[in-house]
Amino acid sequence: MSEVAATSILPKTDGPLGRLSDLFWRRPGLLLLLMLLPPLLWLGIIYVGSLIALLLQSFFAIDDFSGLVVYEITLDTYKQLLIPANFDIILRTILMAAAVTVASAALGFPIAYYAARYATGKWKAVFYLGVMLPLWSSYLVKVYAWKLILAKEGILTWIFEKLHLSWLLDAVLALPVIGGNSLSISYIGTFLVFVYIWLPYMILPTQAALERVPGNLIEASSDLGATPGQTFRTVLLPLALPGLIAGSIFTFSLTLGDYIIPQIIGSSRLFIGQAVYTQQGTAGNVPLAAAFSVVPIVIMGVYLWAAKRMGAFNAL
Amino acid sequence: MRSDRGQKAGWPLTLAAAGGIAFLHLPILLIFVYAFTTEEKSFQWPPPGFTTQWFAVAWNRPDVWDALILSLKVASIATAIALVLGTLAAAAVARTQFFGREAISLLVILPIALPGIVTGIALRSAFSLAEIPYSMWTIILGHGTFCVVVVYNNAVARFRRTSSSLIEASMDLGANGFQTFRYVILPNIATALLAGGMLAFALSFDEVIVTTFTGGQQSTLPIWMLQELIRPRQRPVTNVVAVVVVLATFLPILAAYYLTRDTESVAGSGK
Repeated sequence: MSEVAATSILPKTDGPLGRLSDLFWRRPGLLLLLMLLPPLLWLGIIYVGSLIALLLQSFFAIDDFSGLVVYEITLDTYKQLLIPANFDIILRTILMAAAVTVASAALGFPIAYYAARYATGKWKAVFYLGVMLPLWSSYLVKVYAWKLILAKEGILTWIFEKLHLSWLLDAVLALPVIGGNSLSISYIGTFLVFVYIWLPYMILPTQAALERVPGNLIEASSDLGATPGQTFRTVLLPLALPGLIAGSIFTFSLTLGDYIIPQIIGSSRLFIGQAVYTQQGTAGNVPLAAAFSVVPIVIMGVYLWAAKRMGAFNAL
Repeated sequence: MRSDRGQKAGWPLTLAAAGGIAFLHLPILLIFVYAFTTEEKSFQWPPPGFTTQWFAVAWNRPDVWDALILSLKVASIATAIALVLGTLAAAAVARTQFFGREAISLLVILPIALPGIVTGIALRSAFSLAEIPYSMWTIILGHGTFCVVVVYNNAVARFRRTSSSLIEASMDLGANGFQTFRYVILPNIATALLAGGMLAFALSFDEVIVTTFTGGQQSTLPIWMLQELIRPRQRPVTNVVAVVVVLATFLPILAAYYLTRDTESVAGSGK
């Protein structure tokens, strides 16, 4: 062996750590396996295992007389989802999720657009934190804040009174279905709180998509004679669409599964989340609760599949 | 790239954006006013008077302290678990190509992509099938599961930006795998882990939906607040706790922001 080769080949490392390190270097697959094993075991056993247990339960049914779960595979529980009372719950939740998603997109777009295109330097940070702080601050505190705002003796009623617009508030509350005795026990209240809580989840991906739209595209469009409205419809919106869809995944999914907001602010009519909660708790019908919770999983599965086809995941 | 620097936004857009930001912040600010109100029974606005006595009352409530301590314990342990599992998964996914790599990213993201109630009821039915009694550890099992993803997201982004030549150089200079991890990889990913850990802590500290299913009779601070929202006992105390919770979550978020802000500038970390 030449002298150069002898010095360029390092001496064998010693000690147990050194030998272990050498082993990993020779067999990268072993290291990979050891790295993946703990997270896979945790998520695989605790999470996926639980999900499978849940899915299994939805194929059992409850005996009408004894109230006990019969451990036989049947689709009866799924049939129960289709009876009017239960189907209304599903329909109501989907409508609410759709309305919340559209409203979040309409409210969030200007914020995202301003932050992506016009805010620079310090203002960029202000906008970023301005969205991040409400996103991360306590969920229950935010719901609680809205209970204060929407209460009959609260600030919103007071503002309407000071502006001499109490008749307007009364007229809105007198509307059938969406109205109610006060804002805090009406669908309007539930809707407002949902929009407020999920809005940041819409803004962030929309902003990420808009950041990638070069400003000169907008200029080129107006140079070529498009009105601002045409530029928005034909240039800006198509380019921002993946971001909006990515945001809608959050707003839609989060509204589908939430059971605390409609419980605290809203009428007594149930949403899917509340149905799951009461069925497994007070009603003790775990199979029906499981079947109910399969509904959002299926809806989100279809939604994610459609979103992936439209390229929304690149904007996440 | 942008030719429109310095260009001003039109007033309708500015108004809409400013209005949106105000809409996001005013409700939280309102809580601060209510914490000082003298009104006990209702949410009357404007408050009839101001007092600081409720802070003292809240301080002397043992149930608030118990809930706070349980929340802190759960959040610390869940964060520690998430840090270990999230970093391992991120290192594996970012460094190597292997069969099923996409499936692993999906598996990590699934607990927050699916509605929280699905995670909650799935865990609850699994606990009852396996006859596991509710304890602090059942809460931690749930929290650990969805905290992994925040650490994972932060760590995977940093791993992708860290140049692999740094690791090769370290190995060439004779460091073994563990030394390389300790002296090269860890300093590179430390701030990302710290940020991910803080977000995981905030997430766990605030979690309520999964906890209602896995907590049994125990109260974390959010569960305590939920009970107060459904059946109010002493409204002013709830106001005070809400203010404390807002302040306690803002600080880690601000810290996480400053930690990950200028991460492109580490020497030699560019690819």
